[in-house]
Amino acid sequence: MNLPITGEALRWLAIPFGILFGVLLHRGGVATYNVIVNQFRLKDFTVLKIMFTAVIVGGIGVLALHQTGHASYHIKPANMLGVSLGAALFGIGMVLYGYCPGTGIAAIATGSLHALVGFLGMLAGGVLYALSFVWIEAHLQNVAALGRLRLPDITGIPDWGWMGILVAIAAVIFWLLERPRAIATEGAR
Amino acid sequence: MNPPNDIPARSKPLWNPYVVGAGLGVLSWLVFALVNQPLGVSTSLSAASGACAVPLLGSEGVSTNAYWMKTPFKWDYGMLFLVGTFLGSLLSTLASRSFRLEKVPGVWAEYFGPSVAKRMAVAFVGGILTMYGARMAGGCTSGHGISGSLQLAVSSWTFFLTMFVAGVSTATLLFRHRKTSNA
Repeated sequence: MNLPITGEALRWLAIPFGILFGVLLHRGGVATYNVIVNQFRLKDFTVLKIMFTAVIVGGIGVLALHQTGHASYHIKPANMLGVSLGAALFGIGMVLYGYCPGTGIAAIATGSLHALVGFLGMLAGGVLYALSFVWIEAHLQNVAALGRLRLPDITGIPDWGWMGILVAIAAVIFWLLERPRAIATEGAR
Repeated sequence: MNPPNDIPARSKPLWNPYVVGAGLGVLSWLVFALVNQPLGVSTSLSAASGACAVPLLGSEGVSTNAYWMKTPFKWDYGMLFLVGTFLGSLLSTLASRSFRLEKVPGVWAEYFGPSVAKRMAVAFVGGILTMYGARMAGGCTSGHGISGSLQLAVSSWTFFLTMFVAGVSTATLLFRHRKTSNA
């Protein structure tokens, strides 16, 4: 199978894939301000459960697809200063907004007006980044720029070893969360 | 803590989070195998901000900007994916009859009161930081958090962990003093 779908048809696959994404975000409960904020308050672990499961299920499948020649990787460069600083701003912003870019879009569709206002903020943030892009590229993105590295490259632990480690970590975390009298997922709604 | 009549039961149409996570994982297989693209949101959103900036900066200001030259606005796969995300959430919301206008969410009101202006101002600033941070980091919760982490990218695991620590610290500082006693 060598990318059977190309051109126009491929572009329109975005609609069903996006719809599936939006349905999953909504039904997962993460298009809700309270659920996202309560994750960061460590009172509701829905976000972590969804993301960690997605990473493991997705990771095992994409690794198998990659090893059989059916998928290629798209690794973002490890510009460690830019990634760390950006992630810190993102974490602060996500708590203030109560959504991330994807869940914000999904939340607007549920009737969240503050998600819509924050969406306008995101567009403004995009404008500010574009205006500061040249300076950031020249002064920040070249600091500790390690390239398009993967965890197996820097640790010597092979791909399937990493998948095993992630499954083990997830098993422990999920067991802790699902124990009787563990922090309730539905708590503090 | 858990007001019984706050949300009608029918508007809680939630699925098991592990099932939803697995669904997102399977979606990423499809996207990687069929479209040969990572799953992401913030790149296209920043391209859309270029289109929105035209009245502000002029079409020349946008078309000569180095960032928007690299990431121009077009109705490509990534942009249509955002349209699909909105439609999917809308369909799911309508199907479960859970559409509900929300100006000030519950947890926010508990700590900062019912002021709409205050909530909207913070949401706007939060949106700015979220997007600026996502572009600086090269991705958001989708592109780094899910799609990058599942490829075992060093950048994405750095993003995931840093974002989480920053978020928990911010939430700890922000939600300290309850304004209303919501028993």
